[in-house]
Amino acid sequence: MKLIVAEHAGGKLTKATLEMVAAAQNAGGEGPVTLLVLGQNVAAVANEAAQYAEQVLVGDSAALAAYNPEVWAAAAAQIAQEGEASLVLIGGSRSGREYAPRVAVKLDAPYLEDATSLSVNGSTVQAQRYTYLARVTETVEASAPTVTVTVKPGSFAPAAPAAAAGEQYDVELELPAARTQVTGRSVEKTSRVALTEADVIVTGGRGVGSPDNFATYVEGLADRIGAGVGATRAVVDAGWRPYAEQVGQTGKTVQPKAYIALGVSGAVQHLSGMGKSKFIVAINKDAEAPIFKVADYGIVGDVNQIVPALIEAAKK
Amino acid sequence: MNILTLVRQVPDAEARVKVSGSAVDLEGATLVIDGMDEYGVEEALRLREGGANVESITALAIGPKRNEDALRTALAMGVDRAIHVETDEKLDAVALSRVVAQIAQAENATLILVGGQEADWDSQALGAATAERLGWPQLTWTNELKVEGDTISGRHDVDDGNESFSAPLPAVVTTQQGLNEPRYPTLPNIMKAKRKELRKDSLDTYGAANTVRVVNAEIQTRARMNRVIDGKDPQAAAEQLLDLLRNEAKVLA
Ligand SMILES: Cc1cc2nc3c(=O)[nH]c(=O)nc-3n(C[C@H](O)[C@H](O)[C@H](O)COP(=O)(O)OP(=O)(O)OC[C@H]3O[C@@H](n4cnc5c(N)ncnc54)[C@H](O)[C@@H]3O)c2cc1C
Repeated sequence: MKLIVAEHAGGKLTKATLEMVAAAQNAGGEGPVTLLVLGQNVAAVANEAAQYAEQVLVGDSAALAAYNPEVWAAAAAQIAQEGEASLVLIGGSRSGREYAPRVAVKLDAPYLEDATSLSVNGSTVQAQRYTYLARVTETVEASAPTVTVTVKPGSFAPAAPAAAAGEQYDVELELPAARTQVTGRSVEKTSRVALTEADVIVTGGRGVGSPDNFATYVEGLADRIGAGVGATRAVVDAGWRPYAEQVGQTGKTVQPKAYIALGVSGAVQHLSGMGKSKFIVAINKDAEAPIFKVADYGIVGDVNQIVPALIEAAKK
Repeated sequence: MNILTLVRQVPDAEARVKVSGSAVDLEGATLVIDGMDEYGVEEALRLREGGANVESITALAIGPKRNEDALRTALAMGVDRAIHVETDEKLDAVALSRVVAQIAQAENATLILVGGQEADWDSQALGAATAERLGWPQLTWTNELKVEGDTISGRHDVDDGNESFSAPLPAVVTTQQGLNEPRYPTLPNIMKAKRKELRKDSLDTYGAANTVRVVNAEIQTRARMNRVIDGKDPQAAAEQLLDLLRNEAKVLA
């Protein structure tokens, strides 16, 4: 089988999961596309998963109430082994890339990390991935009975529901006790569309000037045009914005249809997180700012003047 | 506590990357210690300076000769000794973790520090793979770390925010920007570092076989239109931009 560990939030599969389903369907290779749903009280997620996969395996238990890398790795590896999975697909999220290497070691399987393409030919799996701060595209290959892969979000068009619902099976999992205790949690919730799922993103950098300006200009424009909100590391470090909004090497990687950068210089670490966007728009007062080199459209000007005009114009 | 801190020598982020044939060509590139690893070196030193019971701090590099420079940097920053497993083979994380785990055991390490993401290969896998081989817990993307007795605690970034954690040692911790400000090696320390041990090991003894082949590398850049509008008249510029986004790019309604 081609095993996919489903990612879900708020009782729904993430878009990244549907992208993995598409990746598995189109990769070639043998066996049914199988979604593994892990969590507690996940019946609704399992039902949704059945619309997309030929098989759904459901691990529903209190031990899976909260994500832990060792627990998730044990569950995924057990199912991969029992089902003789040829492919194990895991989300290229921060958590996915945290436990996937454990799965690979448990299965003694090669690990292709952060794949942007995927094809299976016999027992050889080929993938592309970005390296050198996303400036180089490498093609990598592994040959083994089982290959572990993390899939970069935004790289595949999400799968559509299938005509017939897949079969659901409950699975018994032997899980280790979680050794890491979570003693506090600060979740940064946003009412806006999630960054990795947004078609349009408005990002603010230090050039926006202040947290208040960020709210007025960046959030103001985003809300006007229905976009997600991103931030540079500089403004996250300054405490203006939550880390969840950070785009770049140490933040999120995004690939929206349009990425609008306000007062962002365009450092390589930032570009590595958004450089694959379809259209890039920059507003910066410095015509020499590196962001203009990767921009499709740009305005050389002061965000304090341009953005209010944009918000106003967008009302029409 | 014995700390093992992993380092690599990588192209400077600002350096231009080039590809010759089907592989990245580092010739002429400015090379530096991987910034993400440097936070680990610094953190090991701070744990010792902060009074944690640190017996030894060993820097470890696995890879080509250039990694000696990263180890020299770590020695000059203040680690006690260094181990270099020299190989020109590009090992994947699953293979590398075999080497790291064996060395950790031989060195009686109870804390392994490694950068959250490699600056060149963009991989985040080595810490987790090593933790699995050793049967240890792992904490990734750490930006605050404390050691008290056999327990580590701190804060780290997760998918949708951050978490405070506590975990038993031994453990693997991956480091990132925000954890600390790495020190610059002083001249006397650079001189002192020259006399510190830098042990060379052969990869052969570790039985680590590569499982991932790199079959091609290319630089793909998207052609960008670079249409820059003068913002002297904000209203006109804003309207022109919106028109382009709506009617040319068709990305806004
Ligand atoms: C290991 C490492 C990891 C990193 N990871 C990330 C990451 O994930 N994401 C990230 O973003 N950064 C990251 N960085 C930091 C990165 O190098 C830059 O420092 C950062 O991206 C700069 O943010 P900025 O563009 O907001 O600020 P600045 O570089 O200060 O740029 C501000 C820009 O605003 C313009 N400006 C100023 N005033 C105005 C105005 N009134 N109107 C219009 N424009 C104006 C300026 O011309 C300038 O171009 C990382 C760095 C390191 C070393």
